[in-house]
Amino acid sequence: MTSAPLQLVVVGHVDHGKSTLIGRLLHELGALPKGKAEELRAVSERRGVAIEWSFALDAFQAERDQAVTIDTTRVWLRLPGRDIVVIDAPGHREFLANMVSGAAEAEAALLVVDASEGLQEQTRRHAYLLRLLGLEQIAVVVNKLDLVGFSEARFRELEDASRRFLAELGLAPRLVLPISARHGDNLTAASANLPWYRGPTLSEALQAFESRPSRDEQPLRLPIQDVYRQDDKRVLVGRIESGRLGVGDTLLFSPSNKLARIKSLEAWNAPAPAQAGAGECVGLVLDRPLFVERGEIASHQGDAPRLTHALHATLFWLGSAPLTAGQQLRLELTTGDAPVTVESIERVIDTDSLAASPVDRVQRDQVAEVVLRSRALLALDEHARLPRTGRFVLRVNGETVAGGLVSLRDHPDQRHAVGLKPENLTPVDHKVTRTSRATRFGHRGGILWFTGLSGAGKSTLAMAIEQHLFRRGYAVYVLDGDNVRSGLNANLSFSPEDRVENIRRVGEVAALFADAGFLCITAFISPYRTDRARAREAGGDAFHEIYIHADLETCERRDPKGLYRRARAGEIAEFTGVSAPYEPPETPELLVDTAREPIEACVEQILRYIAASFAIKSRP
Amino acid sequence: MDQLDALEAQSIFILREAVNRLQPLGMLWSIGKDSNTLLWLARKAFFGRVPFPVILLDTGNEFPEVYAFRDRIIGEWGLTYIDAPCPGAEETDPSLPPKARAAARKTLGLKRIIAERGFEGVILGIRRDEQAIRSKERIFSPRDATGSWNFRHQPPEFWDRFNAEPPPGGHVRVHPLLGWTEIDVWRYVEREGMPVVPLYFARDGKRFRSLGEKDITFPVPSTAATIAEIIVELEASREPERAGRAMDHESEDAFERLRAQGYM
Repeated sequence: MTSAPLQLVVVGHVDHGKSTLIGRLLHELGALPKGKAEELRAVSERRGVAIEWSFALDAFQAERDQAVTIDTTRVWLRLPGRDIVVIDAPGHREFLANMVSGAAEAEAALLVVDASEGLQEQTRRHAYLLRLLGLEQIAVVVNKLDLVGFSEARFRELEDASRRFLAELGLAPRLVLPISARHGDNLTAASANLPWYRGPTLSEALQAFESRPSRDEQPLRLPIQDVYRQDDKRVLVGRIESGRLGVGDTLLFSPSNKLARIKSLEAWNAPAPAQAGAGECVGLVLDRPLFVERGEIASHQGDAPRLTHALHATLFWLGSAPLTAGQQLRLELTTGDAPVTVESIERVIDTDSLAASPVDRVQRDQVAEVVLRSRALLALDEHARLPRTGRFVLRVNGETVAGGLVSLRDHPDQRHAVGLKPENLTPVDHKVTRTSRATRFGHRGGILWFTGLSGAGKSTLAMAIEQHLFRRGYAVYVLDGDNVRSGLNANLSFSPEDRVENIRRVGEVAALFADAGFLCITAFISPYRTDRARAREAGGDAFHEIYIHADLETCERRDPKGLYRRARAGEIAEFTGVSAPYEPPETPELLVDTAREPIEACVEQILRYIAASFAIKSRP
Repeated sequence: MDQLDALEAQSIFILREAVNRLQPLGMLWSIGKDSNTLLWLARKAFFGRVPFPVILLDTGNEFPEVYAFRDRIIGEWGLTYIDAPCPGAEETDPSLPPKARAAARKTLGLKRIIAERGFEGVILGIRRDEQAIRSKERIFSPRDATGSWNFRHQPPEFWDRFNAEPPPGGHVRVHPLLGWTEIDVWRYVEREGMPVVPLYFARDGKRFRSLGEKDITFPVPSTAATIAEIIVELEASREPERAGRAMDHESEDAFERLRAQGYM
């Protein structure tokens, strides 16, 4: 069993010799492929320079022509007893985004300092970012000792300066060592040029770095990545970011606050495992048909993520336009995402002087502390405690503009505000059974969930069917959009969140009607599959989805309430079919096409379906 | 977790992100060891059923063993297969060196199939350790409408929050094997008992280490006739993997130019 290689990032100011160090180290370790050294010599000569070891990594023409690393790259090193993936991070200021892309996953870092130039702005900025990213395993490499005549005094001076600066950040380097990368001094063997130095070589220093400890012992965090249908099972997939889980465990899903037990773990071409740990991608089946979406985080009950609408965060801002208070962004944390607003900018930190100043905007490449607010409830952790569920990226128009680390001071857990739907609620059993209600009414209770575009005929059909069924002696009732909005849902607006809540309540009320033995017909556009799936979850097997279908053109021609006209005129925002999507049912129980069939035929079709579906089943 | 478990988990995570975020989605299948590994990982990620079509950029110049392997695997693994014919070399950029022009046929074939099928995402089996230019790639690499790679301005990518929004008219290349090395792939092939094209095994003192088309790929000296022997050979070798790929060696910038224009 081979353990995963150590991820090592090499950072430092532009031109202090990071790529040269890696290139030369590859050469010294015999890790350059055959012919590579000759190739590098040839392309260097073509540019009129002595052999540039950095060209082993700086493969772009522009990088070689300008002798600067443009983008991060990775190379593999095989040292005795340890494999290392070396990440070369660009030092140039503008390339901060690439530096972060390289350094974000590293377990250890080499901070390269030019012996003649000393600590520069990017040296300090990179060190600060390493600290921010939680990387504490650092060695300082004082490079280009040849340029200062291999002076011990200069080396000691820089050693002190770097130790002092890192201490201000709360970092202590494992080691500060002198090298000359270009000439190979002290890389893999002690150098005659550095007789005053008795410490380890760079290669020995690398071997002494430790891999990050396993995250198995931390609290369980499993962000749901997707839900697959396998035959008739719903398989929740995701990667365990921390902790362990096993078959039989009760999982708490956040932010929905639902509980379910793991019935089985799925696998292909292998026996199904009984448990799994951090880093593993799992597929699990629950013991009940719970409605769980991508972005929910599963945990154990005892130690769940925090639920909050607001959070403090430390951001590194990568956007070309400055960040200002009031700005809206998209927050992505593990597999979930939510719109957030910048409530305030607390302070901006000068990563060079480490001074903090109050400002109203954050410029590119600056680090700032901010407060973010979300309308939707977020499930997250304190970064210092659980990094992988305590960090996020911010996007604007799909572009990554920031990375952020969560701090939860002053933000109380909102879990109490989310109705818990756990097993510890014990519903009181009715003395009247479902069967006795069905016997009384002469049919079983149920929900006929009409969905379709405005103007497709949902209300017309619902009211006609209600009348027919009532005459035939059915216990039947229609829930219709406008009627419900004037009472039960009078406190809801037409914002996206309130529309979701509107449908959620209708789903719950319809389920109560069905439980009472009624046939409940609902007539709501209910354009989103997610919302209808939630209603199906509330109604269980009593739920029947009826797709009232008519093409948009037909609906628009009918326009019974004049809504399409107003939507086209821009008077109604986010109108389904015009400026907001309608997600048609994938597998409705019944499809009724009102554009092709006259209304009477549609009524007949639905009545036949009801007679067949809700008759009392004769007992065998 | 050992190294192969960690690599496998990371690739499965990437594949599942791609399927969730990018539709329609397709996967390039060159039928070599890397894209076979990718297919195997997809079967693991999606519990046996590969939920996207696999595409061969077909120049008609693949080795007969490659076509035979393809025909067998499509049936055995229940794949949805797309054969994407590639335009002739005369349609490629005439300023490229000759072997690179032969390779650039695949770029044109890829652009054509992306346009034809409206793919939002294309999964590819490239690896960072193959080639210094590929080493600069992102896992999710957005491409504009021309399909070209803007390597000077790659978007930041960290913490596995990938850039899964295609630019207008463009698509996203997804690279789940970027963190694997050649030897990782062979160790995985061995562990999983995966089938591979027999051309990888030595015959008469030679074997193919990297499989491309007939006229621009050459076998290298080797006696490795089993997967275990290949692993032993690679542990000791300093020969570059793509030594037998003529197009890489014609000029210093050949591969960069190929990739900038949209090559894999």
